[in-house]
Amino acid sequence: MKKVYSRPKSLKRNPFHYCPGCGHSVIHRLIAEVIDEMDLQDKAIGIPPPGCSVFAHHYFDVDMAESAHGREAAVATGIKRAFPEAFVFTYQGDGDLAAIGTAETIHAANRGEKMTAIFINNAVYGMTGGQMAPTTLSSMKTTTTPYGRDVEIEGYPIKISEMLALTRGAVYIERTAVNSPANIRKTKKAIRKAFQSQLDNLGFSLVEILSPCPTNWRMEPLESWRWIDEVMAVEFPLGVIKDVTGSKDAD
Amino acid sequence: MAKVLMSGNSIIGEAAIRAGCQCYFGYPITPQNELTEYMAAHLGRRKGCSFVQAESELAAINMVYGASLVGARTMTSSSSPGISLKQEGISYLAASQLPAVIVNMSRGGPGLGSISAAQSDYFQATRGGGHGDYRTIVLAPSSGQELADFTHRAFELADKYQIPVIILGDGMLGQMMEPVEFKHEAPEKPPVRSNALRGAKGRPSRAITTFTSKPTELEEINWSLFRRYQLIQRRETTYEAFMAEDAKLMVVAFGVAARIAKGAIKNVRAEGLKVGMLRPITLWPFPSAQVTSLSSKVKQFLVFEMNMGQMIEDVQLALAGNGDVSFYGRPGGVIPTPSEVAKVISRIYYQKGLK
Repeated sequence: MKKVYSRPKSLKRNPFHYCPGCGHSVIHRLIAEVIDEMDLQDKAIGIPPPGCSVFAHHYFDVDMAESAHGREAAVATGIKRAFPEAFVFTYQGDGDLAAIGTAETIHAANRGEKMTAIFINNAVYGMTGGQMAPTTLSSMKTTTTPYGRDVEIEGYPIKISEMLALTRGAVYIERTAVNSPANIRKTKKAIRKAFQSQLDNLGFSLVEILSPCPTNWRMEPLESWRWIDEVMAVEFPLGVIKDVTGSKDAD
Repeated sequence: MAKVLMSGNSIIGEAAIRAGCQCYFGYPITPQNELTEYMAAHLGRRKGCSFVQAESELAAINMVYGASLVGARTMTSSSSPGISLKQEGISYLAASQLPAVIVNMSRGGPGLGSISAAQSDYFQATRGGGHGDYRTIVLAPSSGQELADFTHRAFELADKYQIPVIILGDGMLGQMMEPVEFKHEAPEKPPVRSNALRGAKGRPSRAITTFTSKPTELEEINWSLFRRYQLIQRRETTYEAFMAEDAKLMVVAFGVAARIAKGAIKNVRAEGLKVGMLRPITLWPFPSAQVTSLSSKVKQFLVFEMNMGQMIEDVQLALAGNGDVSFYGRPGGVIPTPSEVAKVISRIYYQKGLK
């Protein structure tokens, strides 16, 4: 019989600890598939953050080094400057990349560091129990916006990918989601394109992935998928935000 | 090679390059800017080397973390307020057992303080500085030549014990022009540490992490760190004894304060006062055993620091009551002259009935 589906080589045989319906496991698998397909397992260094994905090294079968909260882009900079042959991807949440690590991210992008950020936007701080993130939607209830995010008090959901696109050093930025088979396929394609731009030494690349957090959103998994389409993707429109790689789409 | 005349900050830069420093990450702050500028001019263009002016001290120390991960000899430098920001990264370096050299050309504090030389970061440097149970090796140079020698030693110690090493200087050392001889030639190719994280080629993948969900696992890590610290205490403690043989009063001072005190001691010796000095060179590990053994023949100690009294606590701990400790401190970036210190020494000498 023909084998049509198997575990990627770059994914260890450890069961994911993520909550039912969480997007992390899908995204982990996509990254591992692309690492396999692009033959990067031997040269990849992954930088996971503190947070739900702090144990990403239990799953990825590549070299991994944990970063302090928000400093992934600085750590990646140090790695690439000392060892340019490495392939480096960071794995960061919204609080990590768009709040505490804003400066590191923007300046790494502006310097055109040859790195790829995988940016998981689930609109909350997941590990700490669902507090307001910089990307929390207006009126959205979280544990620190118990009456809903009031933009007059807490400000607006931040569009960090659009901000990063303004930097000259960023060459490829796309926003995708993992709430349907079609979107999952598009996400994989975006990851592949971002990785390729790093391999081509073009500059900074980032894939923002709208990812469900049913636990902290207090939703059923299916409901969380719908919510991404109906609410999240309205504030954070899907699609290519910047592409100056000059390459044609693979398909 | 022949001696050359250089500013203290530039001396550290040149010595770092000669020690094989491959990557330097900096952020401007007075009084250490000449070091960052030296690295921009002399390291950035070297083959295989990299200089980055980071967006903050936080970013700079985390770039150091990244470069150290992949096995490079790497350094950052700053001055007091900037070193506070670097503490996050230093804690992670210590936890990950990664070598790095961090230079603090310290200035007066707290807060933005002053840009003049001070020694008020002794606690921060010797007590770990950041969160968690850890130590860093702290070297305290007091001359241009020592800046060169200790910079080289800092890289060697960092690699040998897989530990961040702090060079605690001050604005005066950094700005002063002094003749210096460099004893090492820069390597053709920067060295790469053998246990570096450079991709899982030909070996299983590895992870460098500092988080564990099991307290017993972290306890074991803390124990293993402290076993290494004990080894460092036994092997690497260094100090200088100056005119100590017949001394009735021992001055204890480090860095430029020790240099000022030397001048003062020569003055009072000329008047017949039997005064010597113990200068800790490693502030951590502190030469506690040497202080303890001194107390069998000397009973009077004068701690002189350019702060409100920080190292004095280590002296008192080492003496454990077996000696009388006086203190002279000048905080805020005030640099007393040798004759001012000499007056303090002779006053105490007579007050304590030593003559």
